Amino acid sequence: MAKTPHPCVVTIDHRSKPRALFSGTRVKEYNLPVGSRVMYPKAPMTPLNDVKAAVRYAINHPLGSEPLYAMLRPGMKVTIAVDDLSMPLPPMRRPDVRQHQAEVVLELLRDYGITDIHFIIATAFHRPMTEDEIRHQLGDAIVNEFYPERCYNHDAEKPDGLTYLGTTAQGIDVEINRRAAESDLVVYCNLTFVPMNGGHKSMGTGLVGYRTLKKHHNPATIRASKTYMVPEDSALSDKMVEVGKLIEDKLQVFHIESTVNNRMFDRPLEFLGKNEDELSTNEARGLKALIRSLEWLPQPARQAIFEKVPAPYGVIGVWAGACEPVHEACLEKCYEQLLVPIHGQADIGIFPVPYISPYNVHSYLNPLLVSVMAEGYLFNLYKGDPIVKKGGTAIVLHPCSDIFDRDQHAAYTEFFHKLLPRTRDAKELHKKYEHEYSRHPGYIQMYRSGQAYHPAHPFYMWYWGENGRQHYGRVIVVGADNEYVPGILGYETAPTMEEALRMAREEHGSDPAITCFRIAPMLMADVTVDEPAESSVRVEEKES
Amino acid sequence: MSSTAYFDVDGTLVGTNLLHPTVYFLANQASVFKSARRLGQALLGGPMMAVAELRDRRLFNELLFSNFRGMTEDRMHVLSSEAYEKTVAPRIFPGTRDLILKCKDAGMRIVLITGSLDFTIRPLAEELGVSQSDIITNRLEFKDGYATGKLMRPVVAGPTKARLMVADSKKHGHDLQDCHGYSDSYSDVPMLSVVGHPHCINPDNKLRRLAKAYDWPILDIETPSRVDIVRA
Repeated sequence: MAKTPHPCVVTIDHRSKPRALFSGTRVKEYNLPVGSRVMYPKAPMTPLNDVKAAVRYAINHPLGSEPLYAMLRPGMKVTIAVDDLSMPLPPMRRPDVRQHQAEVVLELLRDYGITDIHFIIATAFHRPMTEDEIRHQLGDAIVNEFYPERCYNHDAEKPDGLTYLGTTAQGIDVEINRRAAESDLVVYCNLTFVPMNGGHKSMGTGLVGYRTLKKHHNPATIRASKTYMVPEDSALSDKMVEVGKLIEDKLQVFHIESTVNNRMFDRPLEFLGKNEDELSTNEARGLKALIRSLEWLPQPARQAIFEKVPAPYGVIGVWAGACEPVHEACLEKCYEQLLVPIHGQADIGIFPVPYISPYNVHSYLNPLLVSVMAEGYLFNLYKGDPIVKKGGTAIVLHPCSDIFDRDQHAAYTEFFHKLLPRTRDAKELHKKYEHEYSRHPGYIQMYRSGQAYHPAHPFYMWYWGENGRQHYGRVIVVGADNEYVPGILGYETAPTMEEALRMAREEHGSDPAITCFRIAPMLMADVTVDEPAESSVRVEEKES
Repeated sequence: MSSTAYFDVDGTLVGTNLLHPTVYFLANQASVFKSARRLGQALLGGPMMAVAELRDRRLFNELLFSNFRGMTEDRMHVLSSEAYEKTVAPRIFPGTRDLILKCKDAGMRIVLITGSLDFTIRPLAEELGVSQSDIITNRLEFKDGYATGKLMRPVVAGPTKARLMVADSKKHGHDLQDCHGYSDSYSDVPMLSVVGHPHCINPDNKLRRLAKAYDWPILDIETPSRVDIVRA
């Protein structure tokens, strides 16, 4: 612990002000014990001035492939696949970087006399995006011309909508969107917000069906992953690579990847990313005013405050060409923005859970998604070793209200209230219930014609938290408005932070190491330890 | 097959109600005069049927089908396929076939359970690939080749549907907790309540409120899916 801490790691002392931490749609102040370390996001990197110029440069100077123009010939069939709106969080201010990418590609295709062009939103089992959301992401010009006939969401349940491409050496059957499979060229427009996005995951997840997804979205794969934010430590990534390579063998795919800085909040709320001790007088007043307003406003109004203002993310890099070199370059930049180095693991981690996750854009963060954040995303946002030691305690801040969006998360409700009370064992859920629920005709209909996530998705969400679940000794929720929701998730509750810390000290002694992971905006921990921790050895587990 | 999907028909799978085929039958009698007489009689009974609809779905069915009294069995069978082609087939919801297909893919047996008459449902069952032995419908009583205007027991409506489903699932060795039910109407709450997986399709307001309270999935198969848009 003698190493000089990074400026983004602040140690609490007697003069430190309370920390302002998200708890769902509220921000609350908490006094943390002296000696606790608080990890802040890095300052946003300077964005590119001209994103379209960067896209043009990237497609003309590709990595590991010939330039896009050299792949084109008049009359060819082209599919432009695009990530969905689950990233970045919250959706970025228009124009979205994927609009820039798509418009530049479209212009080039037209120059080459190509007219058979379809846009497919690579949603996999995510909910279909609405017309407004597609418009937000791709812009008015493309939507006005192509939607809905030639600009639509991927449908993993469309009868005859998938084409079987082959089986990988490890036995993964690869089925992909028929239009993409029958295209002479697929151009993939991506935004990598966190390091698990992009790369082979784009095609290997976004455009496939259940037959392929079930082979990598399962408890065994997640358990065998140390962290899914670092490809070399992720069994999930290994399987995506396997699937992606088979796809690239069969199809011609040109990848465009981009990443953004972490400027999540615009000027009026910019103070949310700063150290509370360094706020100007006006910023400190603004913070107090925000905390008080959020205290008395009703839930929908609180949600609206954060949702109505798109994030002013700035694009910090665009690369194009072959999948792997492009993704490598993109990840390097992404890490540069997100990674905050910290030495030593904590006995107790404090994790504020904000109002948003990739799976509740324009809806409420339901209890299952709280667990995805607590034991999935927030646990996995590290490189090196986990923030908390194996068997340590995670203190999670969220009200855990029993609210589910009926249109988007219908299948989640049944999963949460019917299956989780029977068992929390991911392997048992996978074995006993996943197949039946993934074929649930009613929920599939809601996925296909409504705005719902696929019925297999809540299972995947539970698996998503599996390595966090295996790692933590205890999870204590502070600020829950009920006890039964945390109970179903297997969490304990404490009315205050002081009480939660007292409970945690029962396990970790009177002077535990405490780290607060102060998200949002986005950050990622680069944790080093003097000796490799027990959990740093990647567990290879045979798939059940 | 380890479970059954029970589908109400009118308003659930097709955009018709019991009146559509009934009016077709009444309006297509041997002569214009006979048709006018039957339609006139039915209209006179309209207010009573409206009251019955509000109070008891079974009574409504009995009043409605009493208009068939005196019609020959032969004529009704001849008209049934015509009535299907003209009134039912064009109103099959865009998502109906896909939903039935997904149920079959999930290994379910499909049962149509409806207050409509057997001879109006048979062509639909055939169209949807549902076995003729898997339709539970109302049946008219015939005497000497003429309809008496009475329904044979049990009258398929409201709570009776639930009772018939219990008997049907027992007969096929299926646990109702594993079975799925689909309806659009509040009058079918009993049938939705006995299955483990109830669904509402294009529900009326009362059923919609109830579905929201109990977190029953609400499906829309009336709007063409994004896939159908592309297909078109």
